[in-house]
Amino acid sequence: MSNKRIGMQTINLPSKPYIIGNAAIVGKKEGEGPLGEHFDKVIEDEMNGQESFELAEKSLYLEAIDTCLQKAGIQADSIQFLLGGDLLNQIITASYAARDLAVPFIGLYGACSTMSESLGLGSMLVDGGHASHVLCAASSHFCTAERQYRFPLEFGSQRTPTAQWTVTGAGATLISSAPGRHPLARVVQISFGRVVDLGIKDANNMGAAMAPAAADTLCALFRDTKTTAKDYDLILTGDLGKVGHDLLLKLMQEHGMPLDDQHYTDCGLEIFDRESQDMHAGGSGCGCSAAVFNGFYLPLMAQGKYRRLVLMATGALMSPTSSQQGESIPSIAHAIVLETPKEGA
Amino acid sequence: MNRKNIHSDPKAYQTLADQVSPNSKMAQMLLRSFWVGGVICVLGQGLTDIGRLVLKLPSSAASTFASIVLVFLTALLTGIGIFDKIGQYAGAGSFVPISGFANAMVSPALEFRREGLVLGLAAKLFTIAGPVLVYGIGASVIVGLLYAIIRW
Repeated sequence: MSNKRIGMQTINLPSKPYIIGNAAIVGKKEGEGPLGEHFDKVIEDEMNGQESFELAEKSLYLEAIDTCLQKAGIQADSIQFLLGGDLLNQIITASYAARDLAVPFIGLYGACSTMSESLGLGSMLVDGGHASHVLCAASSHFCTAERQYRFPLEFGSQRTPTAQWTVTGAGATLISSAPGRHPLARVVQISFGRVVDLGIKDANNMGAAMAPAAADTLCALFRDTKTTAKDYDLILTGDLGKVGHDLLLKLMQEHGMPLDDQHYTDCGLEIFDRESQDMHAGGSGCGCSAAVFNGFYLPLMAQGKYRRLVLMATGALMSPTSSQQGESIPSIAHAIVLETPKEGA
Repeated sequence: MNRKNIHSDPKAYQTLADQVSPNSKMAQMLLRSFWVGGVICVLGQGLTDIGRLVLKLPSSAASTFASIVLVFLTALLTGIGIFDKIGQYAGAGSFVPISGFANAMVSPALEFRREGLVLGLAAKLFTIAGPVLVYGIGASVIVGLLYAIIRW
């Protein structure tokens, strides 16, 4: 027990579980963004040949899982757990996908932090010896999120400059106790975050709502592991967007644990060209960190271009009901510390 | 700024968040909504004139004719996915004229069709336009009553 906990919030994984599979499937806009060529598949039609947007999101989720298993060379029946979630009510995307997959399923809701949440829990299952293969997956779809959280798609409302664009995309990661034929990264430590709320109520400014949670978790990680930002090649937040990114830099400065702008970025800023694609503050959604991490950063870790990386997806834990009742937005962030599998890199 | 404040005091954090968050470009937005809203109104006036002069309608029927055509055009543009882009560009310019009302009815109808004709389309039809109708009609009743009392 003692060697598996460090400090207040951080979990140590002595066996350093391997990530042996990855996949990212995205929508058309994401495919047109700066990272477009790195995704496994870009769907041209937002319905993806399905009858509803919800079914389209489920098909993305399943495609990500299938592609991930295929790339890792692992059969679906060797998967002992599927951990995952999405943004829809009762996490129907993940549950309906799990119905088709027929493996033990643990449904998770952490809003846009779901990719980190599932990676953290999945790595613990593997490190604890409870499973040898755990699949983690998360997704979001612009059209399903809009109709649940905001207005109908064709409604001609104006988006504010702080608003973020929900990414259409799904990402899947396969965690294993053995390196497999092509290990991508190893999970070393996890800091699960606390729910933090500094009173932001504007659902069109989720970056500002989530930045304090990101700062809280990152400080916990640095404190518990006695590290600083310099000990990591890259700190990658999930979907803080431009506003949240800038606020996190300021908050960490105030905490006396400054981040280096060169070694800190946000998936929501990477996935779109904010100016030419008119994306306002950047991308958001479970699919944002899921697609960017799996599609772009995991392969770079496999090559040893990043030796130590922190993935910290952030989630805004409000609902349309709590927003309408005037409640502020509680937020969360979970940090996953990853190492390259390359020896001596 | 006091370090302790930012992390525990919502007011201090709100101030910081406001500093970092970009504001809407007011001048640009006003200009855009003015010209688009103006064009829609000119179009409405043109249609009224056509109704009156070409179709020889009485003036009240001519304005109804203009409304019908504008509502139809908006519904069409909403249906083919163009109106939301106009709305993003023009804001209140396209929302305040009758085009906004038509869009507010058609967009939920399209959106919730998948949930069925009764609980989807019919039940959700007024989700956006509903508040406007309730308070618009409510206000007109009150103003009408006041007018009747004052005149009497």
